[in-house]
Amino acid sequence: MNEKNTKLTPEELEESGVAAFREEAAERLDELEEIMLELENNPSDQELVAAAFRALHTIKGSGGMFGFTEIESFTHNIESVYDQVRDGSLPVTDDLIALTLAAHDQIGKMLDSSEQSVDEIRKREGISNAFLNMLQKTPGEEEREDPKFIPEEELTNESQTFRVKFKPAVDIFAFGTNPLLLIDELRELGDCIVIGNTKALPALDEIDPESCYSAWDILLTTDKGVNAIKDVFIFVEDSAEVSIKIVESDDGLERQTTGKKLGEILVDRGDIKPEDLQKFLGNYERIGQKMEKEGLVAPEKVQSALAEQKQVQKLKDLRRKSETIQSIRVASHKLDKLVDLVGELVTGQARLSRLALEKNDPAILGVAEEIERLTAELRDNTMSVRMLNFGTTFNKFKRLVRDLSRELGMEVELTTEGGETELDKTVIDQLNDPLVHILRNSVDHGIETPEMRKAAGKPEMGRIQLSAVHSGAHVLIKISDDGSGLDLKAIREKAVNKNLIPAESKLTDSEIYNLIFEPGFSTASSITNVSGRGVGMDVVKKTIESMRGSVAIDSKKGEGTTITIKLPLTLAIIDGLLVEVGGEHFVIPLASVEECVELSKDDIERHHGRHVIRVRGQIVPYIRLREQFRINGQVPDIEQIVITDIERNRVGFVVDHVIGQHQTVIKNLSKIYRNVEAISGATIMADGNVALILDVNKHLQLVEKACQQQIENSS
Amino acid sequence: MEKIILTVDDSASIRQMVTFTLKNEGYQVVEAVDGVDALSKLQQTPAHMVLTDLHMPNMNGIELIKEVRSNPDFKFIPIILLTTESQSDKKQEGKAAGATGWIVKPFKPEQLIGVVKKVLG
Repeated sequence: MNEKNTKLTPEELEESGVAAFREEAAERLDELEEIMLELENNPSDQELVAAAFRALHTIKGSGGMFGFTEIESFTHNIESVYDQVRDGSLPVTDDLIALTLAAHDQIGKMLDSSEQSVDEIRKREGISNAFLNMLQKTPGEEEREDPKFIPEEELTNESQTFRVKFKPAVDIFAFGTNPLLLIDELRELGDCIVIGNTKALPALDEIDPESCYSAWDILLTTDKGVNAIKDVFIFVEDSAEVSIKIVESDDGLERQTTGKKLGEILVDRGDIKPEDLQKFLGNYERIGQKMEKEGLVAPEKVQSALAEQKQVQKLKDLRRKSETIQSIRVASHKLDKLVDLVGELVTGQARLSRLALEKNDPAILGVAEEIERLTAELRDNTMSVRMLNFGTTFNKFKRLVRDLSRELGMEVELTTEGGETELDKTVIDQLNDPLVHILRNSVDHGIETPEMRKAAGKPEMGRIQLSAVHSGAHVLIKISDDGSGLDLKAIREKAVNKNLIPAESKLTDSEIYNLIFEPGFSTASSITNVSGRGVGMDVVKKTIESMRGSVAIDSKKGEGTTITIKLPLTLAIIDGLLVEVGGEHFVIPLASVEECVELSKDDIERHHGRHVIRVRGQIVPYIRLREQFRINGQVPDIEQIVITDIERNRVGFVVDHVIGQHQTVIKNLSKIYRNVEAISGATIMADGNVALILDVNKHLQLVEKACQQQIENSS
Repeated sequence: MEKIILTVDDSASIRQMVTFTLKNEGYQVVEAVDGVDALSKLQQTPAHMVLTDLHMPNMNGIELIKEVRSNPDFKFIPIILLTTESQSDKKQEGKAAGATGWIVKPFKPEQLIGVVKKVLG
C-alpha cells in the first residue's frame, strides 16, 4: 500500500501502475503454470480451475487497465474458455493444458517486450484461434455493452428543456443509492426546477423508514443532450421509473415567439386592458384548481405542470430579452446629474460617519456603517453605468482615416483592438478631439505616400493601429503607425527657429520628441487641409492632462510612431490620500502614491538641507508643499514625505501629516482659477471644508521650470 | 470529513491504481484482497463505500455484496462492482445481490472518480 499523500500526476499514476502490473502478472503466470501442472494430475479439481480462471482474469483485466492491450485481447478467449470449464460446459483435457501452457509462455514474452517477431505473432494467433474454436458458442455472446460515457460528438450546443420524471424503486436505499444525489447530478447539467411528489407517502405509523416513497418531476434546461441525463440514471434504470421527454428546444421557442395570440395583439393595440384579458381568459391556475376539485388530476401534478409552464415561459422571456432589450437609452445629462448626486451623497455620507464616530452611539454608528456600504455600492454602480465600450468610437475613427487618406491620395488602413475596454463616458467624449488630431497627424505626416513606401520596401497600404487596454486604474490608448517616424533633426531645427530651445541645448531623443507638444509647434512644411492649422499637439496634451492623464511619444525613424495616452478610468470620483500642511488640506491621487516615509530634522541635516532623502538606498528628491504654497506656521519635528511615481520618477512631497485615504469627489475650480496650474480640482471633506487636489505631475514640472530659471538667472 | 472507501480486489495492480486515484482525489482508502478480508476490514473501519472486484478467491464480489447487505450496519452503503464482464447477466447478478452500480474494466481514473462522485455525492 502506498502511503504517499502528495498528489500524483496522471503520468506518475500510469507509470507506477505499469510497474505494479508487470510484477503482478509475472506472479500470476507462475501461479498459472503451477496450477496447470497440478491440473494434469487432478483434472476434476474445481478449485484449480477457478484459480486458473482468476489468474487469467487478473492478467486480462489489469493488462487492459495499464495499456497492455495485446495481452488483454490474447487472454480474452482463454479466460472465456476457462469460464466455460468452470461452469462444467467444457472438460479439462490434456490439449487444454498444453495450449494453456503455450499461452502462458506467450504472455510471458509479451510482458517482457513489446516488439515481437512475425514468427511469434503467428504462433500467438494459432493459440488464440485454438481457444476460440474450443468455445461453446452461445447466442449474444459477442454483444458488447453500450458505451457508458457519452462520446463528445453527441454533445450539441443547443439547449433543450427536458421533463424528467423519476420514481425510484421503493427499495432503492437497499442498493446503497441516494436518490437525492442523482437529482444533484441533474442540477449540475443545467438550469433545474425540481418538484417533489410525496403523494405515495403513507401515514406516519405505516412508514417504513427504509423505503423510498418519493418521486420527482424535474424540468431541466441543458445543452448536454439526452444521453447525459440517461447517464445520471444508469445504475437505477432497471429498477426505477425514469422518463425523459423534450419539452422545449431552441428551435421550438423561435417558432412559438413568431405568432402572437389574438388577445395579446388586442392588448398591444390598446384595444383592451391586459387585466381584462386575464379576467376573460382566466388563468391556468384556475383551470388547474377546477380540475383538482373535479378530482381529475392530483394537486402535485398541477403544480408540476405549472412549473413546467413557467420554466418554458422563462426561457422564452430570456430569449426575447437577449434578442431585443439589452440596454435602454438614457439622456447623458441625466447620468451626469446622477453622478453629481452620488458625489454629494458620498460627501454627505462622510460627514455622517464622522458625526456618528463623535457621538459614539452604537445605534447611529450602525446606521452610518450601513449608509457607508450602500453609498459605496451605489457609487460603483453609478460609475459602471457611465462606462462605455471604447469600441463604440471605432467606426467613427475608421471613417475618418478612410476619408482623410482618400483626400490625400494615400492608402491607409486603421486597425483597432481592445474595443471592449470600458471607459467613463466623459473620458470617451473628451478623448474625441485629441484622437482625431493624432490620427490626422499620422495620416498626414506619419504615413508616406504609396510610392515612398514602395521604395522603402514597405507594403503600399499604410497601417495605423488604435488600441485600448486596461492597466490598473488607468487605460492605455495607443495610436501607432508604420510611417516614416519622427524626424529628430527637423524637430530640433524647428524648435530652435521658434525659439523654443536654445540652439546649443543638449536634449535626449525623448526630450526632442516631447517638443512637438510645445505650443505653436508644427513641422509640416506646407499647411494642408488636414493638419497644421494651428491646433497643435499642445492642445492634445492639454486636453489629456485636464483629464488627469498623460501622453507619451515614441518613434523610430523609418519604422513609425507610437503615441500612448494614459487616462484614469473615471473623472468624477477618485481614491486620494488626504494630507495636511499647516492646517490646509490637500489630496494626492492615490494612484500615483507609492509610499509614505518620515522626514526628521536629522535627515535634513544629513543632506545639508538639500531637498533629497535616501529611501532604501535610493536618492529621492522632494518638494516642500509648505514652500510651494507659502504656508506659514510651526513645522512639526517629524514631517512626512509622500513618495509618488511620476512617469517612472520617484518624487516626494513633504507634508505635515498624512491623514489617510479619502474618497475624493472631484469638483472643478471656477473659471477664475482656470489658469491655476498644479491644482486639478477640489473636494469637500467630511467636516465641510475644502481640500485642493494636487496635480503632482504638473507640480513637478513647475518646480523644475522654477529651478531652471534660478540656474539661468544665477549664471 | 474525509470519506473512506474500501477497495476489494485480488489484483494488487488494480488495487494500487484505485488507491492512488482515489487518494489523489482526497479520499481515504482501505484495501482488501478478497471478500473475507473485505468483511473484516469493514468491521474495523466502517467505510462510506465499497468498490469490489467480481472474481476473487475465498469470497467473490457477488457473495461479498450479499454479506454486506445482510448486515444491518452496512445494508445501505453504496457498493460498486468492478468487472470485466460486460455481459448484462453479470451486472444483473450484481444488481440482484444489491450492488449500487458497476464499472466495466478497463476503466480510466477519471471514470472511476466519476462513478465514486456519483454515488458518494
